[in-house]
Amino acid sequence: MSGKNYGLVAEFDSPAAVLSAAEKVRDAGYSRWDVFSPFPVHGLDKVMGLKNSRVGWFSFVFGAGAFIGTMGMIWYMNAFDYPILTGGKPTFSVPMSVVPSYILLVLAAALGAFIGMIALNQLPRLHHPLFARARFALVSRDKFFLVIGSTDPKFSETETRRLLAEIGGAHIELVEDKD
Amino acid sequence: MTETATQLESLSPPAGLRRMAPVPANRSLGWLTDKLTAFNEGRTPLWWWILFLPAAFCAAFVLPAMLTYKISTGVGVWGNNHPVMWGWDIINFVWWVGVAHAGTLISAMLFLTRQHWRTAIGRAAEAMTVFSVMMAGMYPAIHVGREWFDWFMFPVPTYEGMWPQFRSPLMWDVFAVNTYLIVSTTFWYMGLIPDLALMRDRAKTRARKFIYGLFALGWTGSARQWHNYEKAYLILSGLATLLVFTVSSIVGMDFATAQLAGWHETIFPFYFVAGAVTCGFGMVLVLLIPLRKWCHLEDIITMAHIDKICKMLLLMGCIMGYIYAVEFFMAWYSGNPYDSWVFGHRMFGHQYWFGGWIMIVVNASLPQLLWIKKIRQNLAVVFIIGVLINIGMWFERFTIIVGSLYQDFLPANWGVYYPTWVDAGVFLGTLGAFFMLYLLFVRFLPMIPVSEVKAVTPQANPHQPSGTKGAMP
Repeated sequence: MSGKNYGLVAEFDSPAAVLSAAEKVRDAGYSRWDVFSPFPVHGLDKVMGLKNSRVGWFSFVFGAGAFIGTMGMIWYMNAFDYPILTGGKPTFSVPMSVVPSYILLVLAAALGAFIGMIALNQLPRLHHPLFARARFALVSRDKFFLVIGSTDPKFSETETRRLLAEIGGAHIELVEDKD
Repeated sequence: MTETATQLESLSPPAGLRRMAPVPANRSLGWLTDKLTAFNEGRTPLWWWILFLPAAFCAAFVLPAMLTYKISTGVGVWGNNHPVMWGWDIINFVWWVGVAHAGTLISAMLFLTRQHWRTAIGRAAEAMTVFSVMMAGMYPAIHVGREWFDWFMFPVPTYEGMWPQFRSPLMWDVFAVNTYLIVSTTFWYMGLIPDLALMRDRAKTRARKFIYGLFALGWTGSARQWHNYEKAYLILSGLATLLVFTVSSIVGMDFATAQLAGWHETIFPFYFVAGAVTCGFGMVLVLLIPLRKWCHLEDIITMAHIDKICKMLLLMGCIMGYIYAVEFFMAWYSGNPYDSWVFGHRMFGHQYWFGGWIMIVVNASLPQLLWIKKIRQNLAVVFIIGVLINIGMWFERFTIIVGSLYQDFLPANWGVYYPTWVDAGVFLGTLGAFFMLYLLFVRFLPMIPVSEVKAVTPQANPHQPSGTKGAMP
């Protein structure tokens, strides 16, 4: 077989087992590894050293942009390009523009959060090397998988396999990357 | 050591005040997964077809027929006419927006306040929001009369150089309702992604695997994905919570900015938000009480959930009672003869007196029954209360809209309003479309957020003793 390797995958039965396994993988000095679970496992972020997600920035930039953009749009439309005089009121004022601007802020910030989540997770993707493994279908059910990537500088098929077995992983297998 | 334990035990609140377990069924993760997807994967039951076929008929034939007739002939086919220019179309618009609000309140606001019990009903409530906002959004679009000019409402640059007038709350409404639809759909869909991946992983046929897989976007459930996902979910629920207050407030302002007795009130934005949530909780009960039985989800959507929704409905009923009282008090206290006229006629007028009575008896008084625990635990009674609340809230909008318009400042301007069969047909069509969409949702998507429910079980917590155990039987 000519395919590259994606990494070694090991299976765990409970969130606690995968969490303690993750601690040991980290302590062993691996850097390119990930845990797959049916729901977010509490405390894993810290073990994996994941910093505060950048989704918030997407949301903030989209939202702020929409607020300022809508304010500008209303000024341009109702005060500059085609001024409409009603009841002697100013053609542009902040209070009346705040409501539509605020609504579009909510819209854009929400879309920003969604787009940010999709982009940071590198979705959508039609295939993933792990999908080729039948047992991986249990990831959305009740199994927890720890994968050490073959691109990890410390990766070695025998050593890493031994570590995964030591920390209690079951069904340890090498996953190919056919893409 | 044991002493501390007993001390802690004595410090913990009495049994009645303890937090309920988010998922009372203390089962393994695998059992929960099978249970919650069973309805999607099993055979279509008979009751589903019995409900689906009439709903689909209304959605596929009645609604298009009515809309075609209305659009091709004109607004005259409705009962709207001078002086009652807003009839069933706006009543139904406000009603459908109202139904939507409880869904967002349950799915977003209770998420932010860490009410873990909401996980079991969040998705079902959110779906209700998405579908009812769709129905609501249709009404203003056909209410304008010349539907081919609907695009004038959006800031589209054209050679005519026309722009929307942004001072009008009606204009804000366009943005608010569309934003509400997009944000609640996004929120709902994002919540679905992990469960779509679950359905993909469980799929037995190629077609199911392909379709669920396509919409699951290649979700793997990696810790990095969950990390970003949780943040995005938190932000989206914060933003959706804002919309609970914004959308109906703006609908309220549509009325409050008019110089009409019965509409020109500062309480209106709050009034409409409260009314919307009341109506929505009624609809949540109407949808969930039969579904939990028919889909065999009594272990997941428990009596404790129904009890909590009832308590929320009771709170909202009290708020409605307070608002009605304030309205009537202000009509009298302001000394404004037009206000007193309108409010007197709400209860004792010769034409629409029934609306005022229905509104007070059903929306403010009926929920008071829910103080009694026996009633909260009687599903049949709670279901009937839910249905009646929806009807009562519909009549509230009828009273506000028609009751204020039909007799304004000039007696020469007075008139009466009767809906036509086309009004009723369009409403029937939207009801059909709503229930059709809801039934399709229940059949093809997990109506309980499986990954969220699993995440709040005790065995999902790696720091709890049961989290270290393997799969339970």
